[in-house]
Amino acid sequence: MTTHAGAVHVHEAPTGFFRKYIFSLDHKVIGKQYISLALFSAFVGMFLSLLMRLRLAWPAMKLPFFPDGILPEQYLALVTMHGTIMVFMVLTTAPQSGFGNYFLPIQIGAADMAFPVLNMLSFWTTFLSMVVLMGAFFVTGGAPLGGWTVYTPLSAIGEIAGPGQGLGMTMWVIAIALFCAASLMGAINFIATTLDLRTRGLSLMRMPLTAWSWFITAVISLLAFGVLLSGGILLLLDRTAGTSFFVPGNLVVTEKLIPHKGGSPILWQHLFWFFGHPEVYIAILPGMGLASHVLSTFSRKPIFGYRAMVFAMSAIAFLGFIVWGHHMFVSGMSPYVGMAFSVLTMSIGVPSAIKTFNWLGTLWGGDIKFTTPMLFALGFVSLFVSGGLSGLFLAQTSLDQYLHDTYFVVAHFHLIMGVAAIFGILTGTYFWFPKMFGRMMSEGLGKLHFWLSFVGVYAIFMPMHFIGLAGHPRRYADTSGAAYLQAMDPVHYFMTVAAFITVAAQFIFVANFFWSMFKGKKADINPWQATTLEWSIPSPPPHDNFAGQEPTVYRGAYEFAVPGVKDDYIEQHVPPEQVAKG
Amino acid sequence: MYLTGVSLSLAAILMFFMALASSYIVRKGTGNDWQPIDLPRIMWLNTAILVASSITIEVARRKLIASGDVAAFRNWWAITTALGMLFLGGQIVAWRELAEQGLFLSTNPSSSFFYLLTAAHGAHLLFGLVALLYVALRAAQPAWRRRAIAAEATAVYWHFLDGLWVFLLLLLNFGR
Repeated sequence: MTTHAGAVHVHEAPTGFFRKYIFSLDHKVIGKQYISLALFSAFVGMFLSLLMRLRLAWPAMKLPFFPDGILPEQYLALVTMHGTIMVFMVLTTAPQSGFGNYFLPIQIGAADMAFPVLNMLSFWTTFLSMVVLMGAFFVTGGAPLGGWTVYTPLSAIGEIAGPGQGLGMTMWVIAIALFCAASLMGAINFIATTLDLRTRGLSLMRMPLTAWSWFITAVISLLAFGVLLSGGILLLLDRTAGTSFFVPGNLVVTEKLIPHKGGSPILWQHLFWFFGHPEVYIAILPGMGLASHVLSTFSRKPIFGYRAMVFAMSAIAFLGFIVWGHHMFVSGMSPYVGMAFSVLTMSIGVPSAIKTFNWLGTLWGGDIKFTTPMLFALGFVSLFVSGGLSGLFLAQTSLDQYLHDTYFVVAHFHLIMGVAAIFGILTGTYFWFPKMFGRMMSEGLGKLHFWLSFVGVYAIFMPMHFIGLAGHPRRYADTSGAAYLQAMDPVHYFMTVAAFITVAAQFIFVANFFWSMFKGKKADINPWQATTLEWSIPSPPPHDNFAGQEPTVYRGAYEFAVPGVKDDYIEQHVPPEQVAKG
Repeated sequence: MYLTGVSLSLAAILMFFMALASSYIVRKGTGNDWQPIDLPRIMWLNTAILVASSITIEVARRKLIASGDVAAFRNWWAITTALGMLFLGGQIVAWRELAEQGLFLSTNPSSSFFYLLTAAHGAHLLFGLVALLYVALRAAQPAWRRRAIAAEATAVYWHFLDGLWVFLLLLLNFGR
């Protein structure tokens, strides 16, 4: 905003182990740290989900750590921790903080993020948050039981509400408060970097859609996480300082009168979902940007409707802030308010449809290359559409009365924000791996991984729609209570087997990842013949990215299939007079 | 760039306080146990001190940016720092007055919000004081290149906290 000379960060490449790999200021190292944290968290989350699937298929099964089988309250702890770890530590961390940190500065031609120290601080705060969160497993009473939404009042009154609602719940709140602080630091850094550090010639409307998606996601984070932080502080005070923000009077739990009075449990829901709904877009928008980027690259065509894509993402971000009430249709809100939230929610279908049709328009008539990243990007579009369509059902108050808290909801949000975002992360991994590690991943293993995962996630989550429609409630540890639920047991067996096969397929990915890191085919500078700036520097990039030479950008990010040009693409940094004619 | 970063952090801080203010209004409206509290008189004096500090920091900023008068800048900056400390001290006196009346964090939702809002604002102001002290100490070094930008960013943050405090005071006074 002020002088340009002072804005360029030059810091020498560190030499000591700690400064280079642990407390690094280099955005690329911090990006890898975030991705490693997310990868670890994803496997913890998957492991928890397998335990849940085992419990649902074979309730009496004895397991290591669970000599009496998984108790119902332990099942609830698994639900809570699976959701929390996946939403915060994987879906929020990998696509935005991970890939965003690594590639945003490079894609906009900068040497680093705007505030490197803040960047390091934000990663280590996230790490601390994960440590505190995992610590909840090991304290007296174990992990909290309230689901990732930790609805009040049961989350506010301590262990009388269940074993994990004591110290475990307190640690959950502290972990999330730390995560909020870390995300706010990250958001400030991303926005300032995008606004102030773009290189010569890179106007906003020339930015890759990936950079746009990180920018818009950072704006959402900036406005959403402060609200969750305020809710978390109120909840912590209710739990530890005896205040009554969320706990109503005359509340009796397990035959004991709770001393608090006068609080409003619904207030928590408002604060939580005012953050919680934008959070869904924090998870999915980077995937949208990346899918656009990859679909264009491997269709060898410019992205269809670049401007429309930018405006659609902005519209989704804006609408995301005024629809939180659709999570609360059965909270007793006025039907008129519910109707307003319902109409606003369905209006998100418009920008979502713009994006989907633009993706199809990009593919239409393209010279499509079915590489592994392309397959995962196509998988992303498929899952986004499948998950999005069920959203239109849930957005209607009359249908939601029935479908709320059934497996239909579980199917919906797993498809659209869970596995769609995971497919986005995998797209990014396969696409950028050559740049990050200088070697190619195995295409054969990658395609095997794709097909097993793609069929696998549909096999897990599609049947949930049907048992949801049949009235199967979510968060039940087993079906023993009701005959109509027992009739659905075969579906649970099927989903459990599908889950095991799908998780097993992820080890193909891990093997491919580490094998390729050391033994993969050497990658040249631009193996995908892509156009953006990260493909103009060595793989892996040097410490200061552009070796002190800020690149100049001459055109938009998607110049594929340009008539009268020798290659079928023109890179952003190539001056017009150097473009090979042919 | 630093100004961008600070301005962005103000947006996040604003969202945080607006969420608390909304909760204040909701909690007051839905519960039947709200007992209004009279603000300690010293808080009006505190407010005057904080508003005055906003004026002095602006004078300091203009001395530096417009006339390049580093000596005057440092004097006005020191006055601002002192006023900021005085404000925080005054807030603590206000807390002790309430405590003497038997009003603690968990006594009543009104006192809960009173302590929470003043403490949250105070924590942010403490951060601003650290920035003020940092600039005051570094400003003694003649070769410090980022003096102007640091002073400007701190001043923006300080003005914001001043305005935020006036809003919170009005909420606590007229919304009791």
